[in-house]
Amino acid sequence: MKVAILRYPGTWSERDFQHALSLVPGVESDILWHEDTDLAGYDAAIVPGGFTYGDYVRAGAIAKISPATRELRRFADAGKLVLGSCNGFQILCEAGILPGALVRNRGLEFRCDWVHLRVESDATPWTVGLRGAVLRMPIAHGEGCWVANDETLADIESRGQVVFRYTDERGGATVAANPNGSLANIAGVCNEGRNVVGLMPHPERCSEALLGGTDGYRVLANLAPALAGTAPALYR
Amino acid sequence: MIFVATIRVLPKSEVRDPQGEAVRGALRSLGLAVSDVRTGKEIVVTFDAADETAAREAVRVMGTELLANPVIEDYTYDLHQVKTDDAPKSAPVGEDPIFDLAGAASFEPADVDDVVYGERKQAGEG
Repeated sequence: MKVAILRYPGTWSERDFQHALSLVPGVESDILWHEDTDLAGYDAAIVPGGFTYGDYVRAGAIAKISPATRELRRFADAGKLVLGSCNGFQILCEAGILPGALVRNRGLEFRCDWVHLRVESDATPWTVGLRGAVLRMPIAHGEGCWVANDETLADIESRGQVVFRYTDERGGATVAANPNGSLANIAGVCNEGRNVVGLMPHPERCSEALLGGTDGYRVLANLAPALAGTAPALYR
Repeated sequence: MIFVATIRVLPKSEVRDPQGEAVRGALRSLGLAVSDVRTGKEIVVTFDAADETAAREAVRVMGTELLANPVIEDYTYDLHQVKTDDAPKSAPVGEDPIFDLAGAASFEPADVDDVVYGERKQAGEG
């Protein structure tokens, strides 16, 4: 399993992802500069967090017209696996690869915290066997409030495209558990093909016990060839 | 022909504008009977186009492809033609490393391993 990790000007989580992926057996990863991006030969691509182009215009807006994003759209259309986290999620939404948009947190504050997420769908290759699991992951964002019009929200709910929802530790999707005002407590969604998943939290920052949590590994472990299509082993 | 487009971007009416709500609260605290505030941005673009039709098409591309996200924002614009002598001066495309995406190759980030941390002098240390 070869994984491309995209690096735009202002991306900052690419090495964290590369380190986290080094823990997954059978996975090799490369960091690709956004202008050199040729995704031929890769099975999966990761769009990490950061502040691409200084978040100018809107978070992810300028990265959307980078050569890497054009290539990423072809890659996603071909059914390859794509995961976007934080700014990567914002880029995927800006590019129209994922539904909705991410706007300023409702409370206007930058949230840097640990949150709980309930996995709503195990029909994506990134969440096999995790449906109903409550994961604990860190967030760090100022523009993570996911919004869409009523029609889009109803569509993605009915098609099972909501992948992660902010909840309390017992899995209750309460207002208090929502860190940024996202509609319907949505923390992550997938495309219609389900091969592309985006989420605001950072799985790469909770993939080993030393970092305070291993639930991110439960997502990334789905890349292990031995586990592809089966429930991922838990990393403890 | 040189055109100047003044493009205004505002959140759609159904999208909450937390910045506008904060500004509304602040204006009320000044004792003003402010009922609603919407915040957005204004972008002034000077560009070359063959005629007004081409200029309007260029503004449409600017608005829909980059300056506004149609999921959450609407944009409006004013367009006027200026004499070449009156046009604001800026670096030609290709010579401005900040705004020219094609030139972003010169924007290669430093290799993190080469960066020496913790050696920056404190202000006043000379």
